Amino acid sequence: MSQELVLGIYVFIMAIFVGFEVISRVPSVLHTPLMSGTNAIHGIVVLGAFLVAGSADTPLLHALGFIAVVFGAANVFGGFVVTDRMLEMFKKREAPPAEKKNA
Amino acid sequence: MLDVRASVIAVSYIVAAVLFIFGLKQLSSPGTARAGNRLAAIGMALALAATLLDRQIVSFWTIAIGTLIGAIVGIYFGRTVQMTAMPQMVALFNGMGGGTAALVSVAEFLRLSRIGDPIGVGEATSIVLGTAIGAISFTGSIIAFGKLQEILPGKPLQFPLQRLVNALILLAVIALGVMVVMSGGTATLWALFAAALLLGAMFVLPIGGGDMPVVISILNSLTGLAAALTGFVLHNQMLVVAGVLVGASGTLLTLLMSTAMNRSVGNVLFGAFGATSSDAGATASAVGHTVRQTTPEDTAIALAYARSVVIVPGYGLAVAEAQHTVRELATDLEKRGVDVKYAIHPVAGRMPGHMNVLLAEANVPYDQLLEMDQVNGQFPQTDVVLVVGANDVVNPAARDDPSSPIYGMPILDVDRARNIIVLKRSMGHGFAGIDNALFYHEKTRMLFGDARQSLTQVGQALKSA
Repeated sequence: MSQELVLGIYVFIMAIFVGFEVISRVPSVLHTPLMSGTNAIHGIVVLGAFLVAGSADTPLLHALGFIAVVFGAANVFGGFVVTDRMLEMFKKREAPPAEKKNA
Repeated sequence: MLDVRASVIAVSYIVAAVLFIFGLKQLSSPGTARAGNRLAAIGMALALAATLLDRQIVSFWTIAIGTLIGAIVGIYFGRTVQMTAMPQMVALFNGMGGGTAALVSVAEFLRLSRIGDPIGVGEATSIVLGTAIGAISFTGSIIAFGKLQEILPGKPLQFPLQRLVNALILLAVIALGVMVVMSGGTATLWALFAAALLLGAMFVLPIGGGDMPVVISILNSLTGLAAALTGFVLHNQMLVVAGVLVGASGTLLTLLMSTAMNRSVGNVLFGAFGATSSDAGATASAVGHTVRQTTPEDTAIALAYARSVVIVPGYGLAVAEAQHTVRELATDLEKRGVDVKYAIHPVAGRMPGHMNVLLAEANVPYDQLLEMDQVNGQFPQTDVVLVVGANDVVNPAARDDPSSPIYGMPILDVDRARNIIVLKRSMGHGFAGIDNALFYHEKTRMLFGDARQSLTQVGQALKSA
């Protein structure tokens, strides 16, 4: 095994512990926003799509990279926006909100 | 010594990782959650900007146009989606992330194969797992989206020999994966990609809509894992750290949810829930209890002259978008001196915390929301329980009937209250597809119709009561 792979596995295992430790005490009220927030964070994979798309040198790789960037960017931007909208509702306000019903 | 660009990237990644961890930490508490989400978004912006400095990137056009399109789509849907449709939105974005991970893995394999570099076993294994897990998450999430959006039937879809077929697809995925690691071959990897796409769809199809929260949570952690695997493929520690953080937290969330439903994760995935339940339903209705209907006017009077009312919201409230109407009704009752509380079952709705989000949108104060353990002791002293579109989470069979498929799931003991009024669209079954003895209980009155319309009528009747 290469030194780099071993290091990667260390990082992997440490991050598991951090992930468990950091969110182990979450009130159930926040479960949905938390799922949505972590959903946005795994959009980091768009970074991999950047590397693929930016170094593509065949039409096929360009196409794959492009689709990957679109999907990943939708994951990141959509994820953070939806989470923010959910959490916006948790802050205390006085005035009742305007009805948002425009199906 | 690292060169300047590489150092800037490395430092940015470290800062971004710290921001993600603090962001998650703050997301765990109501007061700081919004700031936490923003902190994570800043970390994301930093990590993505730093990546653009990477020397491997020679062309920016694909990245710029792709990001623009993705951002427009994501922000548009993120902003315009109804709060009630949020679970399926999360599922959809999750699927996008899974698709990205799979495509990145495939593309990197194609690139390495073309250059002719020998691909190490570690790298090949990461590519195979990243492709397979990402693809499963992609189609699985899309099916979950389809079920929640009611494009696909929410009931478990089953056909003969389903388990055998699924097992064979799984075996094919594993066999193709081993072949790629042992001997490479781009055609084999494409076959693996296709088989994994099929597996993701087939594995979610037989699961009922009621179990979708657990499924989305599993798929969420799978996407995190797939992202981490692409980190191994691309030798990028940022991807590994962020992906694993999500994988670990998603796994924990899945376990919390399954505990709330008193079911193992294996049972959710392979339980064939709908199959046994139809028998149980048949026996319950065969007993021949009758359903007692009521009117909005009678409901208004029952509520107006009660001392304590507990409202039990469920998925029906979300579908009818009745959160504002229910809150207005509660306010009117409070003005009359009625003590109003909401009882929140941990898995009411389609995601954990779904009801909390909806009621928070309608400005319901925190202190009126009671969790299952807090409220269950209070039901015998409650005059009226108003069940708004909840079904399985108030089914006494889960407590009393060992033959019921949901036996053992903790429920809200609403049948112990003095009067029960159930708002429901029809006598249809809940997502578990089973009958509910509560509806035939002698203390229960049924008010049929769309929850928002019914509540509006009750509210009007209350003004003259």
